[in-house]
Amino acid sequence: MTYATCLACRECGREFPLDPLHVCDFCFGPLEVAYDHDGIQSKISRERIESGPRSIWRYRDLLPVDDDFIVDLNVGMTPLLRADRLAEQLGMRELWIKNDTCNPSWSFKDRVVAVASSRARQLGFKTLACASTGNLANSVSAHAARAGMDAIVFIPHDLEAGKVLGSAVYNPTIVAVNGSYDDVNRLCSELADNRQWAFVNINVRPYYAEGSRTLAYEVAEQLGWRAPRQVVAPMASGSLFTKIHKGFQEFQRYGLIEETPVRMIGAQAEGCSPITTAWRNATTNIRPVKPNTIAKSLAIGNPADGYYALKTMKRTDGGATAVTDPEVVAGIRMLAECEGVFAETAGGVTIAGLRQAIANEQIDPDESTVAFITGGGLKTSDAVVDHVTQAIPIEGTLQSFEAAFAEAPQAVGVGG
Amino acid sequence: MARRRVRFTFEGDSVTEPVIYLVGQEFDVVTNIRMADVEHDFGWVVLEVDGDHDEIDRALAWVASKGVRVDPVAGDVVES
Repeated sequence: MTYATCLACRECGREFPLDPLHVCDFCFGPLEVAYDHDGIQSKISRERIESGPRSIWRYRDLLPVDDDFIVDLNVGMTPLLRADRLAEQLGMRELWIKNDTCNPSWSFKDRVVAVASSRARQLGFKTLACASTGNLANSVSAHAARAGMDAIVFIPHDLEAGKVLGSAVYNPTIVAVNGSYDDVNRLCSELADNRQWAFVNINVRPYYAEGSRTLAYEVAEQLGWRAPRQVVAPMASGSLFTKIHKGFQEFQRYGLIEETPVRMIGAQAEGCSPITTAWRNATTNIRPVKPNTIAKSLAIGNPADGYYALKTMKRTDGGATAVTDPEVVAGIRMLAECEGVFAETAGGVTIAGLRQAIANEQIDPDESTVAFITGGGLKTSDAVVDHVTQAIPIEGTLQSFEAAFAEAPQAVGVGG
Repeated sequence: MARRRVRFTFEGDSVTEPVIYLVGQEFDVVTNIRMADVEHDFGWVVLEVDGDHDEIDRALAWVASKGVRVDPVAGDVVES
């Protein structure tokens, strides 16, 4: 049984029923799920969580879905890796990598879509929908297939075929919109008002956003029931960033971990950094931008939760970074070469942002730090294909091998 | 009759143009400002626009042609 009680406006506090709503009718502020905290407190414990399934649903007491409606693709409980080799490169003492490339559709979107699709089923929807250029569409299509729901995915007409494949294999309806990203934004916002479809990040967005909190829950549990002192996470809409912090706060509130401050550092690519720009200009007025970066999974020019991300930074003595595209590629390579984790461009932004935050003294290298890697590298292989090790061509003879190998720039140990 | 919730973002010269007044004069729509924050060179206004569906489309296209960014009130919904 869920302990969700209502939707509450983040601005004026007005309450609404647990319906497919996302904006306050009165002040247009965003709606957020509210919970019966006493009810949760009376039931939740470390032991109860540990005895649950090895997925996000071990935290079901904290999620806005009743058990009978869960769409389960075994999302979550992804590895938390101690990253000593990367830490050494960066001059850090305790660094951890939360590796969300290991989710069923290879990105953290599975967390939010798992919750959104489950709540959509509970609300009686038969169709899941989204507007997406990649990760979100993949996850919506996969979850709809798993739940036996219909899926409809809106994409810009000029999206590369390779990016559509990760959704198409699940057989959703794919609509290619002939227009700009802004046109797709407007069309889908209207459709969400007019159709009986659950647009996961529009009319059921309050439920969708709740899934991101499970990242913080897992990190705290995997660290042995404690929060890290510092977090670096990528920012697109800003929702993930704010919900990670909320997750740590909730665990503290329920006495599952000690009350320690968690400094929140957000990472963006310079080619789409409206939140970081506002942070650097010491304003909460976010100026929308036209994205121009290889980090396409973070390319949201008009971020819905940017204002709240800025508030989270301020409240936690945190900050924001913005890195160039070459730094993104260097970040991807550094993570892969040091820790064996192949991240998409958003992961490169996170690692490069971590590096920048250390240089800017936003991060204390002696404190425990978790970097969130939110998607797998094969999704954005174009970004690095020209920057990685190339094969050494030889003939099939020992002589040819020895001659080429002696000149190879990264020859492995001869005696090995 | 339809109702659209939108956010206008003004930058540069568009800040000084009476765009919201003019759109109500030029098109058969009613605007209702609900929130706003306007500085000397930048500002945003969240408003409801009521009218016939196609007339709202024409009105918002005209606003955009004046250099004002027009977005859904909840921000970008196209995600990766």
